[in-house]
Amino acid sequence: MADLTASLAGLTLPNPLMTASGCAANGKELHRFFDISRLGAFVTKTVMAAPRSGRGTPRMAETPSGMLNSIGLQGPGIDAFADEDLPWLASVGARVLVSIAGGTPAEFAQVATRLLASPAVTAIAGLEVNISCPNVASRGQVFAIDPHASAQVVAAVREAVPIHLPVFAKLSPDVTDLVTVAAACLGAGADGLTLINTTLGMVIDTDRMRPHLGGITGGLSGPAIRPIAVRAIWQVRSAMFAERLPTAPIIGVGGVASGRDALELAAAGASAIQVGTATFHDPQAPAHVLDELALLLDARGYAAFADVVAAAHPERKHP
Amino acid sequence: MSKVAHEVARVLSSEPAGAYRHLVLAAPTIAAYAAPGQFVAATVGGPTSGMLLRRSFSIHAADPAVGTVEIVVAAHAAGTTWITQRRPGDEVDLVGPLGRPFPVPVRPGPDGRTSAVLVGGGYGSAPLFWLARVLRAQGTHVEIVLGAASADRLFGVDLASAVADAVAVTTDDGSAGTRGWVSDVLPEVLTRSGASDVYACGPMAMLKAVTDAAAAAGAIAHVAVEEAMACGVGVCMTCVMPVVGADGRTRMVRSCLDGPVFEGSRVRWDAFGDGLCRVPDDAVGAPQVGGH
Repeated sequence: MADLTASLAGLTLPNPLMTASGCAANGKELHRFFDISRLGAFVTKTVMAAPRSGRGTPRMAETPSGMLNSIGLQGPGIDAFADEDLPWLASVGARVLVSIAGGTPAEFAQVATRLLASPAVTAIAGLEVNISCPNVASRGQVFAIDPHASAQVVAAVREAVPIHLPVFAKLSPDVTDLVTVAAACLGAGADGLTLINTTLGMVIDTDRMRPHLGGITGGLSGPAIRPIAVRAIWQVRSAMFAERLPTAPIIGVGGVASGRDALELAAAGASAIQVGTATFHDPQAPAHVLDELALLLDARGYAAFADVVAAAHPERKHP
Repeated sequence: MSKVAHEVARVLSSEPAGAYRHLVLAAPTIAAYAAPGQFVAATVGGPTSGMLLRRSFSIHAADPAVGTVEIVVAAHAAGTTWITQRRPGDEVDLVGPLGRPFPVPVRPGPDGRTSAVLVGGGYGSAPLFWLARVLRAQGTHVEIVLGAASADRLFGVDLASAVADAVAVTTDDGSAGTRGWVSDVLPEVLTRSGASDVYACGPMAMLKAVTDAAAAAGAIAHVAVEEAMACGVGVCMTCVMPVVGADGRTRMVRSCLDGPVFEGSRVRWDAFGDGLCRVPDDAVGAPQVGGH
């Protein structure tokens, strides 16, 4: 049996599989279907400082091999998360990658700081900084489209949490030059990157002749965007090989629904793999992908998951 | 959260029922856990399908003794059409039972007698006959009101007479029963039966009308909503709606977990309209002016 250990930014996880933020709530719902402590890490739904209702409905539209969502970061706020959700995750033995957001860099830092006061702080494996939420100060545009704004957020979070806690910046594919944004985040102290968040899309209800979603536009996810995720991971990892970026671990996410898909993102350069929208189809999807990946690595004769990370890059084949 | 199972169900039968299709599925674990008002979520289109999201169906009946779960399906679009095309021997991937069931028993009246009215719109009536049997078994007087646009869109008129003490039928076009809406006949049924509890399943506008009629008659309405869902299990956050909690505050709650059955008087009907549901300004965490 292949060694599934995943190593990223000083973090050693028993395997590379994770939930994706916003696709697994905060654990209790999926724990009815499989033991979430089996996963390398559990990634929580993005939490902000205050409770948020999210948007009105419809919030969702099915699209070919995917879906659009416009949830609006509904959540209980950091106090309830730190005092209730995180302790529950700790009680079942989950290693938790906490996804945080804010409308300003200061709010990100405030959320991170409050998190450290949780009675379950030892369950935190790291932070995932969701800079794809709207920036209040920048007319609602997301931080992740702007290298400078992204760096400000990452620096604020990095300063707020102890150095042993890895910080991953989750980036949007909706940018002209992803490598520049990645460079800004790593330069500001991010230990790694999560690639990719949803890509912006829209569906029109042709019966009512109006936008289908209450929020008008939404994030496209699912297998439809997997090639975009593979491309993004490949571009950023290539830039690391070319020394245009410092080498840092990438967590791959986007349309993974099988062990083969996980292997594809790993081969593009991902050191860990998140399963998102597939969970809506199969509530056991993260566990199924993990099992399939393990079988696939064995069938292909790989001794370790680490051997397939970035394996499709010529630099990795011929160092 | 109650017990839930994920199992591949085999289709035992699929029969036409007016404009709908009635499927009996072998799903023993789900059947063992299910109660009236709960639902199942099915994948559609087979293993290579590009339709990722589960379709949710209220459970028409569940029989733990033989391990069957029954659903009634309307072919709205490609996904539900695929379900209606399943034939005996085919398999359907099911998760369930999901959501909170209808609360039973009903409150006894001053005379110690319990009485309930069950109201179904279209194939929304599917879960009510099982509920009627459960209520009857505990000695409750049960009346059923069924309404639809036309006679072929009614479901279960024949079943209703077998499980209820009285049945009323309405259609918009008058092709069966009284011409009009269920809300036209409901006040009279409520007054006559002295029901303490009204159970309803169907379109939002009907559920609001039932809630209003129940309130006017001093009864409690328990409404089962049919919100669009992606997952059915509580992780996608798409099936939310504004509901007033025990603390008097409105929250956007998941209809798959906190519902699908809600007390009608707690639903913020004012937020619904024109196929949309907005977040009430006084909801917990509602967007502030200039924010979000």
